[in-house]
Amino acid sequence: MAVSKFGKIENHMFAFIIRRIIQALLVMMIISLVGFAIKNKIGDPVRDLVGERVTPGERAEIADNMGLNDPFLIQYVRFVKHAVKGDLGRSFLYNKPALEVIIKHAPATIELLIGSALIIILVSLPLGVYSALKPRSLLSRFTMSFSTLGVSMPVFFTAILLIYLFAVNLQVLPSYGRGETVDLFGNGYWNTGFLTIDGLKHLILPCISLSSIMLPLFIRLIRSEMMEVLETEYIKYAWAKGLSPARVWLIHAFKNTLLPVVTVFGVQMGLTFAFTILTELVFQWQGMGFMFLEAVQRADTSLLVAYLVVVGSVFVLVNTIVDILYGFINPTVRIAGTK
Amino acid sequence: MKTKLQKFKESYFLYAFKRDRVAMASFIVLVIFLILAITAPWISPMNPYDAENIDIMNSEIPPMWMADGSSEFILGTDNMGRDMLSTMFYGLRTSIIIGLGAVALQAFIGVVLGLSAGYLGGKTDAILMRIADIQFSFPYLIMAIFIAAIFQVAFGVGSYERLAVPLLTIIIGLSNWPIFARTIRASVMGEKNKEYVEAARVIGFPKFTIMFRHVLPNSLTSVMVIFTIQVASAVQSEAALSFLGFGMPVTRPSLGSLIRAGQEFIFSGSWWITIFPGLWLVIFVLVINLLGDWLRDVLNPKLYKG
Repeated sequence: MAVSKFGKIENHMFAFIIRRIIQALLVMMIISLVGFAIKNKIGDPVRDLVGERVTPGERAEIADNMGLNDPFLIQYVRFVKHAVKGDLGRSFLYNKPALEVIIKHAPATIELLIGSALIIILVSLPLGVYSALKPRSLLSRFTMSFSTLGVSMPVFFTAILLIYLFAVNLQVLPSYGRGETVDLFGNGYWNTGFLTIDGLKHLILPCISLSSIMLPLFIRLIRSEMMEVLETEYIKYAWAKGLSPARVWLIHAFKNTLLPVVTVFGVQMGLTFAFTILTELVFQWQGMGFMFLEAVQRADTSLLVAYLVVVGSVFVLVNTIVDILYGFINPTVRIAGTK
Repeated sequence: MKTKLQKFKESYFLYAFKRDRVAMASFIVLVIFLILAITAPWISPMNPYDAENIDIMNSEIPPMWMADGSSEFILGTDNMGRDMLSTMFYGLRTSIIIGLGAVALQAFIGVVLGLSAGYLGGKTDAILMRIADIQFSFPYLIMAIFIAAIFQVAFGVGSYERLAVPLLTIIIGLSNWPIFARTIRASVMGEKNKEYVEAARVIGFPKFTIMFRHVLPNSLTSVMVIFTIQVASAVQSEAALSFLGFGMPVTRPSLGSLIRAGQEFIFSGSWWITIFPGLWLVIFVLVINLLGDWLRDVLNPKLYKG
């Protein structure tokens, strides 16, 4: 009996993975349709290719050669075929393939995310745990009331305040750009600011601004999870065994608060990505968000569409992988969707 | 029979409210904000939308307590010579209109879809909730920014700015409805098997009537709780969109576009152009969040962990 039961679980899992992948493909199709519709109805592929200085006759010929007069569906299929091969059109703003422009801008944004993730982890873990262990202490109460204020502060306003304080008044930190960067792999794709003093200085203010919106949430989450775990039977048992406080708090309690915290962390990094666009604008940070805003302002539809498709795909991919991993860990997830 | 007023006076709700000083203070501040927003055209020292009132010679005057300040402009003027206090009253008004409108739209979409999903169940439920799940997997701010970018490219900057209020309402409304759908679905699932729904079904009321007249009113408490928090989030989204340049134009500013417009002047020392609207926005969102937290604790203690 045990064998068949086991087999059934594997079947469930298999069906779950298939369903999840079909859903991901469907979402990708919708994203590509939206992207293609924008490109087709609003964009001007001829201008993207040859610029403005072409006679109407030549334009018509080029358009015909490019297949711009074909039916919508045929053009869409062609768009998807090209996209799968990594050809997302040309950006007229940079006069380069759109995908290449995005890939070149990605490291700046990723470094911003890494920097603020580090700040979130290093600050929220100790503060969250401390305010759970000593909820009545002055620091805990200060942290808690400060966290509501933190949630209400828009990222860009925090950024402006930081610039005003540290760059304009005290003049200790730079207020825009990435500073001195080092080419990490020697091929011009990943310029990092983490390896120079100047680059690190430029990272400080943007990373603090970006982490400020998530910090309160994590401090509260870690605190409430930790407080809940501290009330459980096995913690009481651990105390009864006469274990040292450090052992009970860190090994027994803290370890079990981590799973929900890590889950939320994953979700919130997605939202943090949205906030990078705001942060990059304030600090003139040459990342993907800044590039995206530029593309919208200058009506570079190819670049805009490429950005939508790339960001959309990354989100779908990450979500699908996380969901499938979750299906392995937590059986209720894969059973729930079966009916 | 007790009157409604008497009932309210003796309710736990009022008792809890009177005991919580933070909630009372937040409520008072919120009411003041709302009054300022509603009466903005009558109490503002000048009309910042009217070009005739604006004198460019008055630009960048500091607040009245500073050296070059003038008592005519209490909080100073911006780079176009507009009185800061007036632009902040008008900006607040715009932000509140868009915020409330957007949340009303979110609630409408969410309630209709969540109620249908929860009450009808089966395939309807599966499909609707899948859609909500998929949208939920993209952060609402990314959704809003993407929709705004597409609209702006499609309409062109000029018409986008003219239609900014309805467009922003629609964008923020469309980007954040799944939370309403999920919440209402969960409470409908709890309600729909209770006796009074059974009774209504036996009497032979149509599904539609049962859904909207019987089940919905009893599922609204949970919506109340998220409604307040969502208003704060919508006002913040509006500010973020306006700050990115997808929002209200500088000639008819919301709080976000005021901050955007004043941003560069902190380098020349005119900090008040951007800091005052910023603080104004923070205080407004803060009191809504504090009230929302309190409401959540009172109406739904089980949700506390959230």
